[in-house]
Amino acid sequence: MTSPNLRSAYGASLVRLGTKDKRVVALEADLGKSTQSAMFQAEFPDRYFQMGIAEQNMASTAAGFALTGMIPFIHSFAVFATGRDYDQLRNSICIPNLPVRICGSSAGLSDFGDGKTHQGIEDVALMRALPNMTVLCPADSIEVEKMMDCLLDWPGPVYLRINRNDLPFVSPADEPYSIGKVTMLRDGSHAAVFAAGVMVSRSLEAATALATEGISVRVLDVSTIKPLDREAIIRYAGGVDAIVTAEEHSIIGGIGSAVVEALRGVSHAPVEFVGIPDSFGISAEGYPELLVHFGLTSDAVASTIKTLLKGGRK
Amino acid sequence: MAKPEEIQRIKKIAWDLRADVVKMIGVGKAGHLGGSCSLAEIVATLYFAKMHFDPKAIHDPSRDRFLLSKGHSVLIQYAALVELGVIPRDEMGKVKTLAGKLQGHPDMMTPGMEAVTGSLGQGLSISVGMALALRLEKSTSRVYVIMGDGELAEGQLWEAAMAAARYKLDSITAILDRNRIQATGPTREIFDIPNLEDKWRAFGWNVLNVDGHDVGAILDVLDKAAEIKGAPTVIVADTIKGKGVSFAENTAAFHNGIMTQEQYDKALAEIAESGRMVE
Ligand SMILES: Cc1ncc(C[n+]2csc(CCOP(=O)(O)OP(=O)(O)O)c2C)c(N)n1
Repeated sequence: MTSPNLRSAYGASLVRLGTKDKRVVALEADLGKSTQSAMFQAEFPDRYFQMGIAEQNMASTAAGFALTGMIPFIHSFAVFATGRDYDQLRNSICIPNLPVRICGSSAGLSDFGDGKTHQGIEDVALMRALPNMTVLCPADSIEVEKMMDCLLDWPGPVYLRINRNDLPFVSPADEPYSIGKVTMLRDGSHAAVFAAGVMVSRSLEAATALATEGISVRVLDVSTIKPLDREAIIRYAGGVDAIVTAEEHSIIGGIGSAVVEALRGVSHAPVEFVGIPDSFGISAEGYPELLVHFGLTSDAVASTIKTLLKGGRK
Repeated sequence: MAKPEEIQRIKKIAWDLRADVVKMIGVGKAGHLGGSCSLAEIVATLYFAKMHFDPKAIHDPSRDRFLLSKGHSVLIQYAALVELGVIPRDEMGKVKTLAGKLQGHPDMMTPGMEAVTGSLGQGLSISVGMALALRLEKSTSRVYVIMGDGELAEGQLWEAAMAAARYKLDSITAILDRNRIQATGPTREIFDIPNLEDKWRAFGWNVLNVDGHDVGAILDVLDKAAEIKGAPTVIVADTIKGKGVSFAENTAAFHNGIMTQEQYDKALAEIAESGRMVE
């Protein structure tokens, strides 16, 4: 039985990949108990490299591993994994298009207590802007496992956005998965919601609630934010009267932006974003409270859909 | 040499600050107990004896600056600022909540904070900027900045070390909280940085050593550091992570651990007993 915890699923998957392929190595920056790279350390101590609290050095070191035939996985909190070493990711890794896997753990607001410095809510924007970078945001631990299984052969760098907490199971366990796939979790005819991460389950809840009011909502899990399957986005955005994006990320540069970029040039229903307004995070006593604080709730998704359907603005 | 009464007074305060740290963390919630407790004597000595800092004038340009480059230990700074009346005492119960002003890491929304830290490795650079600006203003203010020994792996700290030496910033006193434990284990096993004193010397710094829990020695070494001109000084303070709470001492388990009710009660009882022993 898969644990609902995304970090545990990540650690277990990394061990699975390490068993399958000797090229897999892991680099850590003193957060192995949080990121769960410690599971790989326990299995493969020789292929585990503790680099200390030095994320920039870790990133370029991974480039060296990749240039020498390995598949390095580097680890930190999402905020540091993408921000602290941005220039190293850009130059050492993305320009030469190396197969480095960047695990951004405790992403979004999921490190609720630690506050602004630790809450990575612009990481998707940063990673999406990097040429060659693939950006993945799993909605549950099943999706983590399936994504990880794609990472031995996938070309170029990959950023994996991992939530710190348990998330409800939403993705179909027995359906085949491939990077780039937009998964329709529920069909509907009035509105379409494109969501990722924690917001997928919340959007499904919104769809269930709205169904009782006679509003039929399609819910899409956009777990590959880049490369975005433009055809699929245009197809799923068709035939509805409202399009909503839902993400645990700044409304600048995240899934909302990506979906609107994909829809440019084609006529489509009005779009509204559910996401974090242009601001930093904040410390809170718990994760659910913090999601409520930033309006990342099923109620927010539902009311945004209704407002659009009524022809109004949020 | 400091007077015995003065040393007693500060020792007592250090234990009070530790008790407040434990209270702020509470039961069943994660909090950076270890790296806060290792700093209690150093923070108490700075805020309650050495620093030119008027709690009634926290924006006075001539104040000495205090920064935690290891921002995760901010609970001990909150405790000091509560004791000084800068932060209202009732904020302590609201730490890391949406209702309060005390964030998980130093934030400008909290009175008394001098900078935003928490992403490790940046505090010394901020101190360099402050010291250069204070020099332009012909100020005699000092800048005190505290780093962690795990944190020293961040390359930026060494860039800042070179910059401070390049500009002969003798108004900076950097203090290294050498508790020998980082987030996931002992520094010796995680990321060992041997010959630290030699490294700092090679970067152009004066190096002093102190027992980071000996208030008398801390008072003396801070005086000595302030007297050294022409180069920055780092005080390597040997400390115990989690000092004063037996189950949290010398372990990574309470780097950011969660206390049970039993542990919480034990922590407060042990701290109270140690505080009583001071008299
Ligand atoms: C750039 C960055 N990387 C990682 C972290 C996560 N982190 C917080 S504290 C810590 C360990 C710090 O160890 P040390 O400097 O020895 O502090 P102390 O033991 O005194 O608490 C880590 C890895 C961070 N806050 N910032």
